[in-house]
Amino acid sequence: MSAEAVTRAKVLDRLRLGDAVFCHLTRAAALGVLLLLSGVIISLIDGSIPALRTFGFGFFVSERWNPVTDNFGALPAIYGTVLTSFIAMLIAVPVGLMIAFFLTELCPQWLRRPIGIAIELLAGIPSIIYGIWGLFVFAPFLQETLQPFLINTLGNVPGIGSAFAGPPYGIGMLTSGLILSIMVLPFVTSITRDVFEAVPPVLKEAAYGLGCTTWEVVRNVVLPYARVGVIGGIMLALGRALGETMAVTFVIGNAHRISASVLAPGTTISATIANEFTEAVGDLYTSALIALGLILFVITFIVLAIARYLLLRIERRIG
Amino acid sequence: MPDKVSSSRYSGRRRNNAVAMALSLAATAFGLGWLVLILGSLLWEGFSGLSLAVFTEMTPPPGASGGLLNPIVGSLALTGLAVLIGTPIGILAGTYMAEYGRYDRLTSVVRFINDILLSAPSIVVGLFIYEIMVAPMGHFSGWAGGVALAVLVIPVVVRTTEDMLTLVPNALREAATSIGLPRSLSITRICYRAARAGMLTGVLLAVARISGETAPLLFTSLNNQFWSTNLNAPVASLPVVIFQFALSPYKDWQALAWTGALIITLAVLILSITARALVTTGKQS
Repeated sequence: MSAEAVTRAKVLDRLRLGDAVFCHLTRAAALGVLLLLSGVIISLIDGSIPALRTFGFGFFVSERWNPVTDNFGALPAIYGTVLTSFIAMLIAVPVGLMIAFFLTELCPQWLRRPIGIAIELLAGIPSIIYGIWGLFVFAPFLQETLQPFLINTLGNVPGIGSAFAGPPYGIGMLTSGLILSIMVLPFVTSITRDVFEAVPPVLKEAAYGLGCTTWEVVRNVVLPYARVGVIGGIMLALGRALGETMAVTFVIGNAHRISASVLAPGTTISATIANEFTEAVGDLYTSALIALGLILFVITFIVLAIARYLLLRIERRIG
Repeated sequence: MPDKVSSSRYSGRRRNNAVAMALSLAATAFGLGWLVLILGSLLWEGFSGLSLAVFTEMTPPPGASGGLLNPIVGSLALTGLAVLIGTPIGILAGTYMAEYGRYDRLTSVVRFINDILLSAPSIVVGLFIYEIMVAPMGHFSGWAGGVALAVLVIPVVVRTTEDMLTLVPNALREAATSIGLPRSLSITRICYRAARAGMLTGVLLAVARISGETAPLLFTSLNNQFWSTNLNAPVASLPVVIFQFALSPYKDWQALAWTGALIITLAVLILSITARALVTTGKQS
């Protein structure tokens, strides 16, 4: 073999080695993402074992939360998480759908992008900003306007009156739900808009050709066609609402009890962890908080997995 | 009579249409109204506190005047650390998904899991890092805070890297291979260059996302009232200081919290607008 051939073989060997190393490095990083998720699950399970062993199934249904006697139950936090997210979706879903309707059907072309970006900026604002704004601006405003109004009107209606009873604290479940609804609105809007835009124009044109009004086209053609994607977007927003921490921590009031009134202070899983974790003394207290984190993670994981599955289905249909 | 019936039904449909249109207009105004309200009150409350002292003085004890220098520097350090750790891992994983294993089973699993990590509650990430770093080390530290933020950076970067590399036309790869370039070089020298703007956007979006994150820092990097460049000790960060100061009963602290909130929001908005501009210029060229 000539000297030239030898160097050539060496260079090729080095390149081949480099290729193999790079390929394996990227594969390792991809596996690392999977490892990250399993790491989160394993560490949360590991951390919550002491609490779950002590309280057993009672942890999920007990209303007690008493750090002094080391007696912990997750029910008030789970209740608060579910209720605030429910209020948030109750507002964000119809409003988000209507904004998507406006952006895809009514808005003049040149305004679509700016308005779309402005709505998406709401998602970019950090949650701590919503928190400080909620505490100093929004809660006092609600305390003087919406809450007294609700107490004086709906509060006297038999049956649902107890849901609007009590003094107007300003902070509380309703306030948290309202702030959450503003935070998740952009998620509902942007995904709904995208699936609305993906509806084949032929379908809409055919409906217009039959003499449908704009609203009838959206209601009877666009919405049924985009249903799966819309539900996916809603689930994604729900996942966000369930796990949202700082905005809620500021305005929820951190009270470990279940009240019939939505105006009362309460707590959520994430707010409890944020408020109490650094001050938790004793292994059982810490472990109970980590067990709360585990519950939150499992709930959001299921919701987000459903969301992704639905969105994947519609992506396949469009793609 | 039939004419009357059909015309009344027609006007009913038109009325419904008008109502729906009005409602959609109102919904849009409602959504935009919140943005204006929030940004307005941030400017109103935070702007008056904005002065040179905010950027040159330490956080004060209650009742004294001071600034936000140590949390600003701490936030920059934690963000830098998170980007340094998270970006390479994210880019490599995204590269595998778009280049080596585009049609693999592993890729679709990783994509699914990554999308879930993308919207997983950040406070859970804080608990995770507490369990694997803070508890074994026995103390809160800046390192733990940086790693917690890196966990949030990775999914964003993975997602954008994969998307952007998938957009690179195959002709480029074929050309690179035809002149005898090994695969790794064709990826790093050709594909990365073609997808550069998009990948940079991903990093910017990740920075925008973590610069306001509070929850994962509460029990990893904790907080520090004093100047500290030691990442092995608790480090102050802007979001955690805002949290602490806003919930305090002291007026000076609350004013500083508003100013800090304004700084963070401006930084995040500038970052995300820059990222958008990058994407549009990338598309046009």
